[in-house]
Formats: sequence, C-alpha cells, structure tokens
Amino acid sequence: MSNNLLFDFTVDKASKTVHIKREFNAELSLVWDAFTKAELIDQWIAPKPMIAKTKYQDFKVGGKRFYAMVSPEGQERWAIQEYTSITPKTNFKMHNAFADAAENPELPGSEWDHNFSEENGTTIVNITIYNESLERLERILDGFTQGMKMSLANLEDLLATLSKK
Amino acid sequence: MRRDIFQAIADPTRRAIIILIASQAMTPNAIADNFHTTRQSVSKHLRILTECELVKQKQEGREIYYSLEVEKMKEIDKWIEQFRKIWETRFNQLDTVLATIKKQKK
Repeated sequence: MSNNLLFDFTVDKASKTVHIKREFNAELSLVWDAFTKAELIDQWIAPKPMIAKTKYQDFKVGGKRFYAMVSPEGQERWAIQEYTSITPKTNFKMHNAFADAAENPELPGSEWDHNFSEENGTTIVNITIYNESLERLERILDGFTQGMKMSLANLEDLLATLSKK
Repeated sequence: MRRDIFQAIADPTRRAIIILIASQAMTPNAIADNFHTTRQSVSKHLRILTECELVKQKQEGREIYYSLEVEKMKEIDKWIEQFRKIWETRFNQLDTVLATIKKQKK
C-alpha cells in the first residue's frame, strides 16, 4: 500500500459481524459526502474492474439507493440499500439486500452501521456489518473474486505481451 | 447434508475444541475432560466439525483420535483475506476520489 492510513479489518464469526475501520486524508464533510452521495459512491465502491451504477437514490430515513455492481462482461448484480437512521455527518445506518433488476429483494440482507469522526484534518470511518448468514458474505465475495481474477488475468496477458518485446 | 463452515466455528465450544486439537490429536474422552459438559455433547460437536471437514478421525487400537484439518482452516483465513482485500481496493479508490475533489476545490 502506498499510504500510512489506518486500516483495520476484522471478522467476528461468532457474532457474524465484520468491523472495518479506515482513516481518510480529508475533512469529515467530504468523506461523509463520499459515503452518502450516489454520484461519489459510484466512483469508488466497486473494486476494479467492476463498476457501480446507481439507478436512483433518496438519502433520507426510509429512502433507498437501488444500484448494481457491473462486471467487465456486463453482468449486473442488483442490490437495494434502505436507510434506517441518519444523523448528518456523524452516523448512518442501512439495510442492504441483493435484488433482481425489478427491485425485488432477496432476503435476508445485512445491517450496516457507519460512524464518522474527525481529528486534525483526518477522518475516521467505522463500519459494522452484521450478516444473518455468513454464507451470504461468501456469495458477495464470489462475485468480486470473479471480477478480480479477470483483471489479474488481463494483467498477466499484458505482462506477457510486454516481456516478449 | 452440506454444513455451513462458519456456523461450525460460530459455537464457542467448537472453537475451543479446534484450539485444543490444533497442537495434538486427542480422543473424545481427553477432549471432554477439558469442558464442563457431557461426553455426549462433545461427541455432537465433534460430529458437526467432522461433517464440515474441519477435523479428521484416526483409529489407533481401540481409540479414535481427532485432529485438525489445517488446510480447511486455512481456507477460512484465505476467504477473510480476500474479503479484506476488496475493502482495501475500495478504500484506495476512495483515497483517489477524495484527493481529486480536494484538488478541484483549491
């Protein structure tokens, strides 16, 4: 990694909870926007080569974000986030569930809790994700690793081509 | 029946059993000596762990010894590591987005 920003990632299998803590070299209001405004979320949430696209977002309690993760082959994986609690620039909670393209959710989903705090110009974000089933996490990962393997394969091809020269 | 491997290790007694037999193979009686629980209960946990292929049995004379399938445990670590990597990638992308916005603001 090219930076010294704090990053903690722990999976507590007993409580089926994932804890993520990350520091960002930006002021809190900007980081808050990056986590809560669809046009910004779409720019970073999908690990390359996947891309994210939000169909619509209504950032208020009871409102939703309906979005897809799109693989390099164009395969869409839809999901719905429903905002359950919002304390501006401090905390927001949501329920996340996979869905089909017609917005029908596949339950159970997961509960997400985001906490934001600022210290000396850097922002700390704490995320807690509770999954009713860790098997569901496994499915998320399957989708991503397929995408990541593709990009690694592309890289290998590129390296092979370059080394021939 | 295919069991959820994470369900297997979600139980505190089963996690304790895994730690116990990680260093040496043990008989069900020797394992049960470490818990304030019945031999039947330990057998049940061992059965679940066996079904998940987290432990293997070996017959030695009259005794059955249970030991840890280290490779299977590594699979879990690998799985978590991949999940961590996804978030690392995401956040590195977010760093770039934040840096770009900060530059535009100046």
